[in-house]
Amino acid sequence: MDKRLHSTEQKTGVKEEAIATRDAYGEALLELGKERKDVVVLDADLSGSTKTGKFAKAFPDRFFNIGIAEQDMVGTAAGLALSGKLPFASTFAVFETGRAWEQIRQAVCYSNLNVKLVATHGGISVGEDGASHQATEDVTLMRVLPNMTVIVPSDGYETRQVINAIADYYGPVYVRLGRAKVPAVMPDDYEFTIGKAYTFYMGRDANIVAMGIMVSIALEAAKILKQEGIDTGVVNMSTVKPLDTETLLNTAKACRLIVTAEEHSIIGGLGSAVSEFLSENHPTYLYRIGIKDAFGCSGTPEELLKLYGLTADDIVRTIKEALGR
Amino acid sequence: MKDSRGCRERDITFLKAQAKLVRVEILKMLAVAGSGHTGGSLSAADIVTALYFSKMRHRPDNPSWRERDRFILSKGHAAPLLYAVLAMTGYFDISMLKTLRKLGSPLQGHPCSRALPGVEISTGSLGQGLSVSNGIAIGLKMDNLSSRVYCLLGDGEIQEGQVWEAAMTAAHYRLDNLCAIVDLNGLQIDGPVSKVKAIEPVASKWSAFGWNVIEIDGHNWEEILNAFDEAETVKGKPSVVLARTIKGKGVSFFEGKVEYHGVAPTQEELERALKELEVNG
Repeated sequence: MDKRLHSTEQKTGVKEEAIATRDAYGEALLELGKERKDVVVLDADLSGSTKTGKFAKAFPDRFFNIGIAEQDMVGTAAGLALSGKLPFASTFAVFETGRAWEQIRQAVCYSNLNVKLVATHGGISVGEDGASHQATEDVTLMRVLPNMTVIVPSDGYETRQVINAIADYYGPVYVRLGRAKVPAVMPDDYEFTIGKAYTFYMGRDANIVAMGIMVSIALEAAKILKQEGIDTGVVNMSTVKPLDTETLLNTAKACRLIVTAEEHSIIGGLGSAVSEFLSENHPTYLYRIGIKDAFGCSGTPEELLKLYGLTADDIVRTIKEALGR
Repeated sequence: MKDSRGCRERDITFLKAQAKLVRVEILKMLAVAGSGHTGGSLSAADIVTALYFSKMRHRPDNPSWRERDRFILSKGHAAPLLYAVLAMTGYFDISMLKTLRKLGSPLQGHPCSRALPGVEISTGSLGQGLSVSNGIAIGLKMDNLSSRVYCLLGDGEIQEGQVWEAAMTAAHYRLDNLCAIVDLNGLQIDGPVSKVKAIEPVASKWSAFGWNVIEIDGHNWEEILNAFDEAETVKGKPSVVLARTIKGKGVSFFEGKVEYHGVAPTQEELERALKELEVNG
């Protein structure tokens, strides 16, 4: 799958190996910790899985394990931000956004504090652990909060840039990362900016607006469609909030069909964000690829992506049917 | 505002007078607002007066002074109390108190840090202030600042699980620069705390969680001031002041009445209350 993604549709080549975005986070956080003494990291007994353990080992005095207490972790992070620190608080996405939602609302967003919530294990590609550990509603939960910025990087390279970018930005940020390895998709001259989407290619027939691991799958689908004569583009909407409405509008105007692709519920996530904007500003023929109001289950990531209709073939079929081809 | 231990008697006379004025301002602003939390503001009035007028190092003309002691009102519904002491110590003009709960006012129904300098963090949703206090306390220690953190909780509030998560965290990280205060006025919205969901034995709970426990009468000035002094001397663990108080304290017809948890005085009640405070003060 890796090699096929490095297609002619990309502006420049990709040199990176497949890596889980959580691993990229662990590395980026370690580097950030060396550069900035104000960076502190909190975890809720999952530092081995979230990869904050690397930072913990290097900077034990700036790492705080709050134990299995996500609500307390978020509150403590808020307090550290009040003390002028730059806290990164990590755990699994389900627990971070679900268990501690109201703490995020009140202590972080309402007070507009500089807390970075970087959660791993987003989506069903968590795999074998099953629905209890697969966050499929987290983007919805975070997107609805005033003052919150929501970012879902597509690969390791983008993740590293995201971590650096949010460190330089004041305000609450939620970053959703994954457990499984993802192919490198972003070109080596890519520069992440909060709120800016990246257009790999603008299609005349259809464009896929994707986030996270679905970006690589969308690129795969676009390649298949192109071979069948359907001109399909791909946009990496890594910042889900604030949405890059300029890029979105241009993309919608350029084609007949928009398909959103997210490893997340189609209710309230990227598909909803795109639909909300386009419905009001440029009504567009649109389909949402995502998890259709369901819980995940145990299985390998590949099996689950297939079961929930999140493969390149699913995107291809959706677009062909929508265009009557 | 510094601790003046050497002349405690004079200090107490001064604090008593201030506390009376604090209660007057609380009642006046609540009556104008027509809604708000009377009982829990009055029960903690002596404790918070002692902090702002005596114990805490703070600069009303510079609310973000780095070396200030921090006060976190975890029981955010006692906002009128916080607003009264902030206004009276000079954070903002006292005339602003009559805007409580009005559209456009920085004096939100529950404290909002973005709206009002002097409020460290927005509260109102119960159970969250102690976690935030821990974070501040850790940050102060990292920066080698000797500032202290005071966090006021309600007794009903400690039914929230997050309080106990935070209690464990504070003990684990040995946050001896943190002093929690539980305002044990015995009542919550639905009735006596003991009937709604019992929290006793409170002292042994905190003690079991690794805290230094100080039990006081929350209306006895000597005990209040001694408690904060003791807390400051205890090293290696956080302290909690368990303050037995009377809900609605200072106004006889509000005292111990669960009905006045979330109800403001009427104009007639205000006049009676002010007369009483004048007589008893």
